[in-house]
Amino acid sequence: MKQHILISDPTLRDGNHAVSHQLSAKQVAAYCEAANNAGVPIVEVGHGNGLGASSLQVGESLESDEVLLTTARKHLSKSKLGIHVIPGFATIQRDLRMAIEWGVDVIRVASHCTEADITQRHIGYSREKGKETYGVLMMTHMASPELLVEEAQKMELYGAEGIIIMDSAGAYLPSDVSGRITALVDGLAIPVGFHGHNNLGMGIANSIAAIEAGATMLDGTARGFGAGAGNAQLEVLIAVLEKMGYSTGVNLYKILDAADIAEREIMPTVPVIKSESVVSGLAGVFSGFSKHVNRISKEYNVDQRDVYFELGRRKVVAGQEDLIIEVVLDIVKRREK
Amino acid sequence: MSKLKVAILGSGNIGTDLLIKIQRSEYLECVLFIGRNLSSPGMAKAISLGVKVSDQSINAIVKDPDCCDLVFDATSAKDAQHHWTILKKLGKIVVDMTPAKVGGLCIPAVNLNDAIAQQNVNMVTCGGQASIPIAYLIGQTHPEVEYIEVVSSIASRSAGPATRLNLDEYIETTEEGVRLFSGAKRAKAILNLNPANPCIDMQTTIFAKVTNPNIEALTLAVEAMVKNINSYVPGYQLLVSPIYENGRIVVMVKAQGLGDYLPKYAGNLDIINCAAIAVAEEYAKKAADPAAMNFLAN
Repeated sequence: MKQHILISDPTLRDGNHAVSHQLSAKQVAAYCEAANNAGVPIVEVGHGNGLGASSLQVGESLESDEVLLTTARKHLSKSKLGIHVIPGFATIQRDLRMAIEWGVDVIRVASHCTEADITQRHIGYSREKGKETYGVLMMTHMASPELLVEEAQKMELYGAEGIIIMDSAGAYLPSDVSGRITALVDGLAIPVGFHGHNNLGMGIANSIAAIEAGATMLDGTARGFGAGAGNAQLEVLIAVLEKMGYSTGVNLYKILDAADIAEREIMPTVPVIKSESVVSGLAGVFSGFSKHVNRISKEYNVDQRDVYFELGRRKVVAGQEDLIIEVVLDIVKRREK
Repeated sequence: MSKLKVAILGSGNIGTDLLIKIQRSEYLECVLFIGRNLSSPGMAKAISLGVKVSDQSINAIVKDPDCCDLVFDATSAKDAQHHWTILKKLGKIVVDMTPAKVGGLCIPAVNLNDAIAQQNVNMVTCGGQASIPIAYLIGQTHPEVEYIEVVSSIASRSAGPATRLNLDEYIETTEEGVRLFSGAKRAKAILNLNPANPCIDMQTTIFAKVTNPNIEALTLAVEAMVKNINSYVPGYQLLVSPIYENGRIVVMVKAQGLGDYLPKYAGNLDIINCAAIAVAEEYAKKAADPAAMNFLAN
């Protein structure tokens, strides 16, 4: 029997980073319909940093969480509706409780790779409400395989039904992924997944390395629409998995159509690996920073590449967008001396 | 003058750091350090300082109600609510370090005098102590504040298990404080934990959306405020002076701790403790004048 890979598609969540969180209800409706037709198992929708994250820090959403999620709900019948939830941004009472009312099926509770214990209450609440619940570790290139296993085990203990590790900075090479996934598969009783970014052109290669090491869940987005250089490209991933003999339940022609629809309906520009994204990946900086680094560097006339390497040196994590201003002003100050 | 007798309820990081700060105070004397477990590190520290300790939790005060006039409650929001029902009847002043919010919120640089007219004062949150003074000034210098957002990043090692489990309460209490003191229509609080080694100092950014930003007036007010806060939190500093960027006011501050019980990077714990000591000392000064304390007569 063919090994089954569970596909989750965050085009309408990670992709929101690429348009500074300006995806409209109409765009959400159009892509949800296409993904649903293609049989994508999970469609993740929301602000780039997930539920409750519309903010001056990360960027304000064009549409509220309520509009995004209720619109998606209307256009998904076969596909499940998923959300990304980071404690510290989203609270249970203000955000998660409402999202469940709006009809989400899959809740992925995320933290920086070393901070799993902040997910305990959100994971517990989601399980209590009977929702399919995953733990997500972000920026995982910043932790050793041993430490990742410890953190993932905490999420397993809290009730997560699977663990997804994200290469949020697009910093991994395939051998990095193999090592970490192997350690996680050995250390956990629940399924393991991988979410790849493409800064170093490794989005698909890393995803394949993950399943060859035992992962059974993968994330990908249409045309790679996502933060920074973009994600593992979903329609390519489906084709490659099919060629390798894995089953996904996703219809190849229809996912190719969905990607065409996505390109036409939701992308002002198709993602490419820009020069600064290569540096971002090398420096290990969160992909969601790219729009901010670009804007602020231009405002103050500094070289984006210097900003990325300095952010990397400071080991900045996702959610610390405010530090970009400080780093840029610091470079300006040093230049004036 | 004689010192005000205080007890510390809760022998974790906050309670133990308070104890060390009180040793330096001209106005306060810690007569009892209370926890639940005599073998905890906080207890060991108290014993080494020669301070009387108890593992009887709130019962230690019930059994000997005359031992103190003021109690720092450094337990949890849930326990603090229960403790207050007892301490209120005993006529104790409570400086509440938890997000229980049974008393009015206090930011010493903004409302110290109003706060000490109450028997229970709540110290908001660590992020609130850092951000609300600036949020307050944004409200003071702008007739209309549509939205304020405060983002704190703290070193992972300075966030204990209670902080991690109570992120939602942290967010709710900080947002309430920001709205209350700034008059902003909407507020949002975000907390990031950063595991970098060496540990990062606590850093807080205040963003605001206002009509007609007055950066000049705000800058003057912020500079004066930082000096004022330095009188009780020496490690509080302005990192990025007010700027207007991408349609928003941005101000960044940083809090470095005194390095008493906890390392210097734990400025988040230091700032709330320094604020609490400032409140307790103000009570102590007031207690020297018994007429001023008649709100305690019951």
